[in-house]
Amino acid sequence: MSGATAEVLDAVVIGAGAMGATTALHLARGGLRTALVDRGEICREASGVNAGTLTLHMTRAALIPYAMKGRELWIDAPRWLGSDVGARSAPGLSLAFTPAERDMLEQRAEARAAMGAPIRLVTPREARAIEPGLNEDVLAAAYCALDGHVTAYLTGKAYRRALVEAGATVMERTPVIGIDQGDGGFTVALGNDGCVMARRLVLAGGVWLETMLGWLGLKVPIKCLVNQLVVTERMRPVMRSVVGIANGLLSLKQFENGSVLIGGGWQGTGDPVRGGVEAIPDNLVGNIRLARHAVPALGETRVLRIWLGLESETADALPIIGALPGVPDAYAIGCVHSGYTSAPYMGRLLADRILGREPELPLFDPARLVAAPSTITLETTS
Amino acid sequence: MTDNCDLLVIGGGPAGVEAALAGAEAGLRVVLVDEAPAAGGQVYRARPAGFRGASATPESRDGDRLRARLAASRVVAVFDHAVWSVSPGFRVDALGPAGTRSWSARSVIAATGAQERVVPFPGWTEPGVVGLAGATILLKAQHILPGRRTLVAGCGPLLLAVAAGLLKAGGEVAAVVDLASPRDWGSRLPNLAVRPDLLARGAGWLAKVTRAGVPILSRHALLRVARRDGGLRAVVGPVDAARRPLAGLERSFDVDAVAVGHGLTPSTDVTRLLRAEHLFDPARGGWFARRDGDGRTSVTGLSVAGDGGGIAGAAAAALDGRLAGLAAARDLGALSPEAHEAAAAPLRQQSARAHRFGEAMGGLMALRPGQVDAIPQETIVCRCEDVTRAEIETAMAQGATTANQLKAWTRCGMGPCQGRICGDIAGALLALATGRHDDVGMFTGRTPFRPLSLDALAGDCAYADIALPPPAPL
Repeated sequence: MSGATAEVLDAVVIGAGAMGATTALHLARGGLRTALVDRGEICREASGVNAGTLTLHMTRAALIPYAMKGRELWIDAPRWLGSDVGARSAPGLSLAFTPAERDMLEQRAEARAAMGAPIRLVTPREARAIEPGLNEDVLAAAYCALDGHVTAYLTGKAYRRALVEAGATVMERTPVIGIDQGDGGFTVALGNDGCVMARRLVLAGGVWLETMLGWLGLKVPIKCLVNQLVVTERMRPVMRSVVGIANGLLSLKQFENGSVLIGGGWQGTGDPVRGGVEAIPDNLVGNIRLARHAVPALGETRVLRIWLGLESETADALPIIGALPGVPDAYAIGCVHSGYTSAPYMGRLLADRILGREPELPLFDPARLVAAPSTITLETTS
Repeated sequence: MTDNCDLLVIGGGPAGVEAALAGAEAGLRVVLVDEAPAAGGQVYRARPAGFRGASATPESRDGDRLRARLAASRVVAVFDHAVWSVSPGFRVDALGPAGTRSWSARSVIAATGAQERVVPFPGWTEPGVVGLAGATILLKAQHILPGRRTLVAGCGPLLLAVAAGLLKAGGEVAAVVDLASPRDWGSRLPNLAVRPDLLARGAGWLAKVTRAGVPILSRHALLRVARRDGGLRAVVGPVDAARRPLAGLERSFDVDAVAVGHGLTPSTDVTRLLRAEHLFDPARGGWFARRDGDGRTSVTGLSVAGDGGGIAGAAAAALDGRLAGLAAARDLGALSPEAHEAAAAPLRQQSARAHRFGEAMGGLMALRPGQVDAIPQETIVCRCEDVTRAEIETAMAQGATTANQLKAWTRCGMGPCQGRICGDIAGALLALATGRHDDVGMFTGRTPFRPLSLDALAGDCAYADIALPPPAPL
């Protein structure tokens, strides 16, 4: 292995999604010499291909306070990130079309409001005043003033520029093949025969976090969801809010350029090894039927492109953010449901922790998910 | 409803029809699907039913024979249906006038042909500027001239085919502007001579153009087009061997149409979607799926035939289609290895000859770096999303190095053409900087292959009929 004489950095972050990139950015700005390493390109997996929905209607209740902070940060991106990533505030509506959905809507709105989300029930008439394009069959609706959307595919471009300006080393298309732990810190072995050495290690791998934790001998099962996204051709303005339904199976928004993005977590085929492979035709049809039911004018346009993004989930469906048990100076961040919304905030919290500052809100201790206090077998690659 | 078949062929050009016929003759249950109303593809494009007023050509006669053989076969041919998805294993989904249809197939042959490349120049998006292949479709399908007076520009055999076709249909040709030199053509004669029939057809076009006194400007490029006095003013100028414009005498032509094309690129929608291994070769049109001599790709059960597997022309496409159909029959157990070899061996020899011819033509149409480098900064590269070369260069300066990264940062390739028109040029611009097409890659294959009407895809359905998965967690 080459690089034995290379400089030892203060921190290396593996995984250049929004979680890892935010963490790396704040570490670099905090004065640490930081490298961000990814096998692909910056924010080109879930962070670049998600629906970009800033919605509290679909955020897990326990994560509401984090998502509200994250939403503010996205909208404020020009100030702290240096670029506009198309984050826009918009009213958010969650709909119910059946009595069962109405019950679910009421229960979920109440649970989220209890965690601080400004969500309230509105009449179908009020809902249509907010969003005139809605189907007249709406039975009930919940309204949130603090929703909106981000143009997710611009994320990588914005973060890359900010990281370079902050002095971080961005290493794209650089696969990591293993991690060696020594007295002076971590030696990250790279697929190109090189290595990166650093005193601190952050694993930010999304659905690949299970593999990354394995490099440190930690066993944490992580589930991989293969979420389908559908974008239409540009069309006349047909909606101005973010629309979902009570069961969370729809997210709908129209961008300034006229295209409409249809999401909701319908599944395609894929896995962490192959990535998102392909849409399942029946799931595509189901998703767009639901979208057209909510906003009938969508029937006028054409489906242009379908893609899939991989979302990670832990056993308790809560995030993994904090110091790793039994491995000093190693941290993980990821598996945040609707994580794109809260990523700029979650990354800052972890960076604060690493920089010795008290995080504003509690982290999510990885130790609860680690099967047993492991006997750590570190993988060597020389 | 999903129907079953042994072999599903996507595309009804010469490659697809021959593949389907070979499979059906060997006893396979074959379905052929094409978005056009009749078989023939682009090269043998059928005229509308009942259309009169144009005399037969060698191509129209070849096309009629192909259609007659298909009609007399056991192949289930489904026209007016655009395939929009192929799932592994395989399930094929298409949208037609009466809604969606799907098939499950044991094997699939993608015979999806080629699309035209136009290297952007100022004015290429003006109305009245059409592709060379586009002009042949106007002429073949409905005997329509793109304009009364047309400038014909670009490279490859379509130049003379279009110019001769325009003259025959009563049009005027202002000039033929060819990127290649007479020597470029001459050096390919030995390879072109392996198909004297096709060479003679080309010589006939040249004779017709020369007789009409049409100037042929060799090693010249169309530099720009602008609207002027209700028509178009096209400016041409000389280029060097790398096809880079030379400072020198510019000439302008006042015309009402321009037919311009810079070669063909393989339609790889299906093979990219299914993640088949692809290769890059400018002489074959850019990216195409790697295939063995019988058309098998790196994905088991998926074969390609025709220009979709690398540009080689219609003659090679028909032979390769037949070879792919025979191989599918063997792989599915309908033909013994011996019977397959006996049928395939003579075709392989003919195919090799046709490939020599087709690949010589492909070399004339190959994209040269000089052409790409000559695109002015302010010229639009992605015409759906109005992305200029300067915007692409800015993204590259900011760190974009791959086709997909560039797409995300600029929207290049995100419009209704789904990257068909700009993808090849965007990749070439990236490769100018990095020098390696393998690193640049291609836009990831996505469904739907064609934009789909949302109403048509969703169909009539009540809310209660939507099959909802379990709710997301609270």
